[in-house]
Parts: sequence; structure tokens; C-alpha cells
Amino acid sequence: MNPLLNVTGVSKFYGNRIGCKDVSFDLYPGEVMGIVGESGSGKSTLLNCLAGHLGPDTGAVNFDTRIEGMRDTITMSEPERRMLSRTDWAFVHQHARDGLRMNVSAGGNVGERLMAVGARHYGEIRDQATDWLSRVEINADRVDDRPSAFSGGMQQRLQIARNLVTGPRLVFMDEPTGGLDVSVQARLLDLLRGLVREMNLSAIIVTHDLAVVRLLADRLMVMKDGHVVETGLTDQVLDDPQHGYTQLLVSSVLQV
Amino acid sequence: MTDYNFAYLDEQTKRMIRRAILKGLAIPGYQVPFASREMPMPYGWGTGGVQVSAAVLTPDDTFKVIDQGADDTTNAVSIRRFFEKTAGVAVTEATVDASVIQTRHRIPEQDLRSDQILVYQVPIPEPLRFLEPSEVETRKMHSLEEYGLMHVKLYEDISQHGAIATAYAYPVKVEGRYVMDPSPIPKFDNPKLNMAGIQLFGAGREQRIYAVPPYTDVVSLDFDDYPFEASKADHACDLCGAEDSYLDELIVDDAGGRMFMCSDTDYCAGRRKAGCIGAQGVPYQEDVA
Amino acid sequence: MITVDNVSKSFTLHNQGVATIPVMVGASLQVQAGECVALVGQSGSGKSTLMRMIYGNYLTASGRIMVGDLDVAAAAPRDILALRRYTLGYVSQFLRVVPRVPTVEVVAEPLLATGTGRSAAIARAEVLLDNLNIPERLWSLSPTTFSGGEQQRVNIARGFAYNYPALLLDEPTASLDGVNREVVMSMIEEAKARGASIVGIFHDEAARDRVCDREIDVTGFTPRTAI
Repeated sequence: MNPLLNVTGVSKFYGNRIGCKDVSFDLYPGEVMGIVGESGSGKSTLLNCLAGHLGPDTGAVNFDTRIEGMRDTITMSEPERRMLSRTDWAFVHQHARDGLRMNVSAGGNVGERLMAVGARHYGEIRDQATDWLSRVEINADRVDDRPSAFSGGMQQRLQIARNLVTGPRLVFMDEPTGGLDVSVQARLLDLLRGLVREMNLSAIIVTHDLAVVRLLADRLMVMKDGHVVETGLTDQVLDDPQHGYTQLLVSSVLQV
Repeated sequence: MTDYNFAYLDEQTKRMIRRAILKGLAIPGYQVPFASREMPMPYGWGTGGVQVSAAVLTPDDTFKVIDQGADDTTNAVSIRRFFEKTAGVAVTEATVDASVIQTRHRIPEQDLRSDQILVYQVPIPEPLRFLEPSEVETRKMHSLEEYGLMHVKLYEDISQHGAIATAYAYPVKVEGRYVMDPSPIPKFDNPKLNMAGIQLFGAGREQRIYAVPPYTDVVSLDFDDYPFEASKADHACDLCGAEDSYLDELIVDDAGGRMFMCSDTDYCAGRRKAGCIGAQGVPYQEDVA
Repeated sequence: MITVDNVSKSFTLHNQGVATIPVMVGASLQVQAGECVALVGQSGSGKSTLMRMIYGNYLTASGRIMVGDLDVAAAAPRDILALRRYTLGYVSQFLRVVPRVPTVEVVAEPLLATGTGRSAAIARAEVLLDNLNIPERLWSLSPTTFSGGEQQRVNIARGFAYNYPALLLDEPTASLDGVNREVVMSMIEEAKARGASIVGIFHDEAARDRVCDREIDVTGFTPRTAI
């Protein structure tokens, strides 16, 4: 099996400051990788470089495109990259309002990606939108409500529906459960796990919440000061951390 | 005529605007930025259209101005007088006699010829603006032909009203490439955007000029199951009896009495002169109004 | 099926003066198909550590740990994930699941993950839960709120849902009553009968004597310096 994503030597500098340095890894279909680290460790910079929101200074982000096979998404043209990001890629923002159109109905939010790739039949678009709302446990009768009328957890689920409606193969998530109540987080985690399995999604999840990665991620990458200090199986890194920083991180988690 | 340069604007400004117009004609539907000048009228009164008219008028032209189809509203009258005074051109109310027609919110019912120019006044030239507030982003969307968002607006219409409720400024795709706001004309006029005349659009406050060359393909956006319809009030004109023209509805008393009449006053007057009479009409007399 | 060959392990505590604590040297064992081997030794002698190393949960410093064709000590994460999905099951003492997920889904998950259809997977989960005497009214609830004994039985049901060729059992009978202990014992015997290789930790001596073919005292793998 070939990797879906092959990242080699990605670095991003902000002047003299390191955003992230020399990051390499492979991600295979169906695999979920967590990136953890404290604020400023470079995990969000890395995610934005991978998702094409930031141009890295060095390195390659090769993605297994459906038509042409492995392509470096950094050197591909912007139209191609934007096309990827609304078809095969998805990006779930920490704050749902960054990833939703707040003045457009839930159905319109979900339907946008379909219309962006050429869907022109209202009835079919609406049926798919309604179907996706139910898959993320939002009642079908909310299809015409605006996201501003939704709770934080519902907004986040709507954002996920909006992202997954075109059947992407790779999902980038930036603190997807951040800012949500603990009970709402659990529901979202369960939902994400189910979708990852059903759709055989690959995902890269940036978070500082070790409990989230333990439940969602197969593999873990620990970052500090822009460098990857440790990688491995999620439970192995958390239960038998090798690097001093990871040991500190794991031992700093408050137990409940 | 010694007090003003011809058509008010100085020659350098007119050249700048003509360059923008030529570029707009070369790239149909593309919004060309231009250095909009202060005009002796407020924004929203047609400063963009006036600058375009000033740049295309020649001393031999015959000029007509319509506002919502009418030649006799304050706005139309003052712009017509403005060019009478500053350019000394002939003016007319007859569509067939005009070589340059400046319009706000209508296309004349009479088909335009290839020797006529229609100048639109445009308040907001960006069709994507209401859904995407960022200019940087909308420009990118135009350049990459990412127009899914435009259908989101129509989707919202249908989900809220059961049909595409957008009745004016209905978005169109020009020559299979750029999505364009045709200015706030009623969607009844959209099919007429495919015409023999030159169409120029000027937005003064937003500093944009765009154009549709003659015989350009202009398609109104829609869904397969909700096709575009050029709707109008289901009536005939009460003055001239026309069934094919866009109608204004007029409340005539406090008892709910109303009448419908052609919004294009020249078209209506022409029919009445020819002897057509609507349900509440009277035979045409000169200066009866 | 499972071969542990001259394996060592130490912990390095970077935040406590970079202390390096060797916990295991020269560990070797072999488990054949259909065989159950018990790890014995006093508390802290490294039984759980060795078991976690076989599962890939702890890194191995040197030596080889072959499970089927895969050397866990050197394998890439995704190979270990595949091994855990199709080959190597693990019944731990602790239940770690997403809150809110119904018990029956928790038990069915290993089957769903290996491609069993949803209805068949749920049906199998229900049989297991029923055998282990989890009341039916609890099946649709999350096991996170269950008692210790109930959670353990859910763990066992989950561990036995898919017929793994190799199984690791960490105190599978610890907090069970007589009836359920008997159920688990027969499940282990059935697994052996179909040829599964099992490594287990049993403090319950009677259980150990009944299902285990051999005992391996891990005290022999404990480095002298650590004592």
C-alpha cells in the first residue's frame, strides 16, 4: 500500500524564529495521526503548511491524487491546490465560525462544497445536505436554520458535515474539540471515530489534549520549539515516552 | 461651452476611463478597476454611469437617460441636463433615436441596435459580495472561476422562499467565464443582456468598470430543477395594453385600487401613439401628463 | 506464534536527574499455537512490562519479539496497528473507551474494524455480553459508568469478540464472581482449542493451574542492579 501523504523535510521560518523544522512522515489511508505540543510548539504552523494555508520554506508535501498519483502540493498551482482543498481535503477549524458561513443556512453550508464541484440540482443537493446533517446527529428540521442558532457542539458537527460531504480522503483538524464542554467533546469524539472508520478517512489532528489523541489517533507526533521530538504509536508514546519533554507532558496531565 | 471641457471630465481622465472600458470589452464580465473621479452629484446617483457616458460621448451623439425605465424622474432629468449643458449633445426620450443611453435599473423594451451603447449605473459590482466580504478572496474566486458560492445564494433563496426569489441584480455568467452582477435590473430584463448593442457598466463609489460586447453569450445562473424564469407581473399594461413589457404597480387610492403600467415610458407612449389602449387607458394626447 | 528472544528494557527518567532504570534483561519465551503460558513472579517483577512490550505498548530496547511474522520490537507503528487489528488481542485490566459509546458497540468494535458487517458484529457482541451475564438493559449504556466487575467483563467480551490467533490476558478473572469466572475460563479454553497462543497473568492460582500449560517466572529476567 502506498502512503496517502508523504511529507519530507518541511520547515517554516518566521524571520529568525523557527515555525517548524525538518518535519518528515508518511500517512497511510485510514490512518489518524495526532500532533501534540504546547502553544507555540509549531504544531499549528505545521498543519497550515501541510494543508496549503502557509507556504513552507523547504520540503515537500506529496499527496496521492486520484488522477495523477503523487503530486507535491506545495509546487502545484494554486487552482489545483484549491481544488484539492474542496474535494479530497477537508479542514476542520477549532472555532466553527472560522469554518462556517454564519449567514447561510445549515443546508447551504453543507451544500456549498457540492455546488463548488458542479452540483446543479437543488433537490439532490438538499437531500445530501439533510442526510449529512443526520449523520452528524443534527435534526433534519434544522436544515434551514443558520449556524448562529446552533450550540457550540452543533456548530462543530455542522462544520464536520460541511467538510465531509464531498467524501474527502484527508482531513486536517485543528483542535477540533477545543472550547467545547467535556460532555460535548465526548460526543464529537465518538462521531469522528465512527466517520473515520466508515469513510476510511486519513486525518491529522492537532491538539494539546492528550486524552483526545489517545482516543482518536493511531500515531502520535510530539513537537517542541518547532522540532519533532518523538513519534510512535499513540499508546506507546503516552505510556512509555522516551523524550524528556514527552515525559514531562504526559506527567503533567491532571488525573480525574 | 467655454466653461467646461467637453462632457465635464478632462481629456486625461476620459482616456483613462476609455482604457478601462476597452479592457472591460476585451474581457467580458471582468471588473476593471479605474480611478473614479468626484462628480458634481452624490454617490448612488449614478456617478459611475455618468463617468462612462462622459468618456464615450461624442459631439454627434444623441443622449437618453432612463431611471427605472422612465425618462422623467429627477435623476434621469438631471443627468440628461448635465450632459446637455457640459457636452452640448442632442438629447431624446425615444430609444430608437438615441446613440448613447444611460440607464438605472432597466433595459429598454425596444431591442437595441449595434450602433447603440447602453451605460448602466451600478451600485455594487461584485456579485459575490454579500456572501464573501473579502475583496481579496472574491478576486481570487473570479480568477480561479470558483463560483460555487453564487449557487449558495440561489440555494438559500429556494430553501427560504420555495423558489429563486432574487428578482433583480440576478447573477449571470458571461461568455462561459466571469460571473457578473448585471446591476439591479429586474430579472425580466436578463434575457435582453444578449443584445446587438454595447453594454458598459460603471460603479463610481466602488471604482469598477465592466462590459458586455455585442452578441455576447450571457446566461442567468439557476438549478436544473429550478430553472431561471424571466418573471413579470401577470398583467397587461393598463395604459397601452402591452402584455410583453415589464410593469410598474401603482397604488391609486386608499381603497386598494391599483394599476399596472409599462415601466419603460417611451415604449408605452410609443404604443399609445400607435393607437393601443389598455384597460384604464385613454387615447394618446401630446403633453397630457 | 509468539517468540520473545533475549529482550531487554529500561526506563530513562529525563526529568528526575536522567536516571536510567533497567527493568529487564535476557527475557526469552516461546508460545506455540494452542498453548497458554502464564507469567509469574512477585509484584513489580516485570510481568505487565513484558506483556506490554509484546503488545507494542512499551518500546523494547534490544532483542526480538516475534508475533506471527512481525518483529514488534522493530516494527513500524502501522504494522503494529495491523497486528493488533488482525492478530494480537489484549484484555487489559482497565477499560479505555470513548465516553458515551454504548457497551454493545464497544464490544463489536474489533469486529467492525476487521470488516464484519454491522448486524453480524452486533449480534456476536450481544451473545458475548449475554454469556458474561451483563444485563441486557446495560447494553445500550456506556460502560464508563459500570462497576469494576462489569467493566472487566466488557473488556473480556471485547477481547474475545474477534478470534485473534494470539491473546494477551492481564488478570482476566481478578474481580469476577464464581459464575462469571467459570464463563471466562471456558472462553480461554475455547480459544486454546481453536489454536490461539495465549500469554496471561493470573493471580488466581486455581485458574492458572486449570488453563495454563506452562509457567514462566519473570524474576529470572530482572536485572540484578534494579533490586
